Order: sequence, then structure tokens, then C-alpha cells
Amino acid sequence: MTRSARIAMFLVAGGCVAALLVLGVLDLPHFGSAVHPYRDASLAAAVAHKTSNVISSINFDLRALDTLGEETILLASVIGVTVLLRPADDEEEHRPVGEGRLLDSTRMVGYLFLPITVMIGLLTVAHGAVTPGGGFQGGVVVGTGIHLLYVAGSYRALERARPVGAAELGEAVGAGAFACMGIAGALAAGSFLGDVLPLGAFGDLFSSGSVLLLSVAVGVEVASAVVVLLAQFLHQAVEVTGDGKESA
Amino acid sequence: MSAFIAIALTLVAVAAVVVVMTDDPARQAVSLSVYGVLLAVLFMALTAPDVALSQIGVGTAIVPLMVMLAIRKMRDRS
Amino acid sequence: MRVYAYLVAVFVLLVGAFGIVRSRNLVHAVVCLSIAQSGTYVMLLAVGYQSRATPPVFGSPATKPSKSTVEPLVQAMTLTDIVVSATVTALLLAVAVQVHKRHGTVDPNELAALRG
Repeated sequence: MTRSARIAMFLVAGGCVAALLVLGVLDLPHFGSAVHPYRDASLAAAVAHKTSNVISSINFDLRALDTLGEETILLASVIGVTVLLRPADDEEEHRPVGEGRLLDSTRMVGYLFLPITVMIGLLTVAHGAVTPGGGFQGGVVVGTGIHLLYVAGSYRALERARPVGAAELGEAVGAGAFACMGIAGALAAGSFLGDVLPLGAFGDLFSSGSVLLLSVAVGVEVASAVVVLLAQFLHQAVEVTGDGKESA
Repeated sequence: MSAFIAIALTLVAVAAVVVVMTDDPARQAVSLSVYGVLLAVLFMALTAPDVALSQIGVGTAIVPLMVMLAIRKMRDRS
Repeated sequence: MRVYAYLVAVFVLLVGAFGIVRSRNLVHAVVCLSIAQSGTYVMLLAVGYQSRATPPVFGSPATKPSKSTVEPLVQAMTLTDIVVSATVTALLLAVAVQVHKRHGTVDPNELAALRG
């Protein structure tokens, strides 16, 4: 099928889909309405479980089983990327030569913001039950913050500071810890992924049962996943060449 | 619906068209990054701070970086 | 104005799909897929929005939980979706890199295996 035939077919089919979607959308409650049954139910449940951050309560307490599924998708994608980006037989690895030109201000900003960003990420993970944040967001911030070293320094500095083997291990540990917490919850509280810690007071840092531990497990997994993914892409782009060509 | 939300929605729609119509993938990584920031502003306007936090980290930094690395790998090869 | 947010979400989804169809480069197609996914995030959050309501987070030390917050369920769905679909995008980019290694091109029109 040629490209123009494909586009013509999409314009017809896309038009029909657009018409159906618009008709469906016109029947929804208007934007900003006050009727939200799931909001009433989950708010009551989160307050009963003494969790200030209702979204973390949904992710790690009320619907923690779905988060286990999402973690598994994450693990499977990273395994897939690692397998796909292995150097092929006709490719060779070599050290990158030179660093390129870097402004001093970029270097300073990178070095200044690296510890701040990593610290903010760790705080976001730890306070997942009480402030906006949680394992997913904090893990992304930590994983990205570490790569400020690549922006501000050199690829060699990043390699020394970021052990990929430890990140791969950390990812497996994070995913396994989530499942083990589930079993521990089944033993301690009678239901899979139930609370193993006491509920505490509303708004305290150490409250809401297992949400803190699950948030940390997910934070470890997401940060390690980001590090492993970027490590695979960086390795392929910077160090591996085919046909014996030079790359800088 | 407030004017700020309406403006944010319009900016997101325009930015989506810009990203799709940019043909060179290297340039598209940059416009994807700007689109990520506009989307995060929209999420904040819709009172979703958690979602905006996710979107900033992922859509502005990680995905454009991976796109640029993939393109560089392909360019080195050809 | 009562349905503008939903219409923008539908528009972004269809624009992303159109980008995939007219694309000449697999990496461009992957980025357009990511745009289409973000249309669904806008739709989810628009469905859950309530005017003049607080965010569903009560902080530490906790404020008194109010009954009128925006819908937290769709926000929980969206934020996990954003992170997980970024890793799936990475998987698709890795596939594109492998296709380039094996066939030397990433133009979908030239890849014989994809020819319909």
C-alpha cells in the first residue's frame, strides 16, 4: 500500500472515529461537574487508613495489586531493552575520545544541582504517603538527577559514579520486594499486600501502614530502571560502533 | 472553566500539531520536550500535582534524551 | 466550553494517530505514538476535574480533609501510566535501532518485511 493510499484511508477511517468520539464526549457530564462517585469512596477509605496523600493510598494500598502489574511491565520492558541493545557480533566497543566543548556555567549548574536533585528525589519517595509524590515520581527524579553528571561532566565520570550492575540488581530487588511485601501482608494482616506496619496518625510521616515501604520499593525499582535504560542507550550511542569506524 | 485552563488546553493542542508535523526526529526531540513542559502546566492547572511531577521528569527529560541517543546511534552507523 | 477539554483530548489522540500514518521514519512514528498516549492522559484528567476543588493531597501536618477534591482515581491511573509507557517507548526505540542495524534504513515504506 503506498503512502498516499494509507493517508487517504486514514482520513476516511479517522473521520468516522472522530465522529463517534465526539458524539460520545457530548454525553459526558460537563467539564468541572461535582459528581464523582469514585472520589467519595476512595477519600473515605484513605482517611480510614490514615493516609494524607489519597493518590498514594490508591496506588499502594487500595489498588496495590494493579501497581504490582505495572511494576512487572516496567521490569519486562527494561529486560527487553537490555536484550535488544546488546552489541552485535560485528560491533566493537572502544573508549570515547575527547569530551566536546562544555561551557563552564553548564558544568557548574550540573555539579550544583546533582546533589540537590537526588536529595529531592529521595525526599519525594520517602514522603510518598503525606505529600505529592511517591515511588514513581521520586524514582524518576533520582534516576534523571544522576545523569546530570553526564551533562556536566563526561561519560567516563558517569560510568565511574553509576554502577550498572548495581542498578540491574536494584531493579530486581525492588520488584521482588514489592511481591514479598504482599506475602508478608498476607501473613500479618490476612490479605495480600495488607498492612504490616501500624497505621499511625493522619498526616504523620510514619503513618498509613505499608504505603511507605511499598513506595520505597517502587522508588528503588523505577530509579534503577531509568539508570539501566539510559545506560544501554548511552553505551550504544557513545561506545559501540560497527564497521570499525571511529566515534567521539 | 477558567481562562487559564482554556489557554493551556489550546497551547497543548497547538504543540501536539507542531510535534507531529516536525519531520526531522532530532528536532522532534526538542519540540517533544517543550510539549512535555506545556502538558505539565496543563496538569497543574487541572489540580493534579502528582501527575505533573511525573510528566516533568519523564516527558521533558527521559524520553527526549532516549530519542536523541537512538538517532545518534543510527547516524553513526549510516 | 463544557466539552472543550474532552474535544482537545480527542484531537490530540487523532493528531498522534495521523502522525504515525504519514511518518517516514520509525523514530518519528514512536514520538507520535507518545503524543497519542498523552491525549488519553488529558482525557482522564479532564473527566476527573471539578471546578474550585482542592487537590486530593492533605499534606503533613495534615489539613482537614475536605469533601470536595478532584477525582484521585484517574490521577493515580495517569501517573503510573506516564512512567510505564516511557519504558515501553524505550523498548520501541530499541527495536528501531535494531531495525536500522539489520536493514540499514528506518523508512517504513522501504522495509520489505512491513510491506502489506
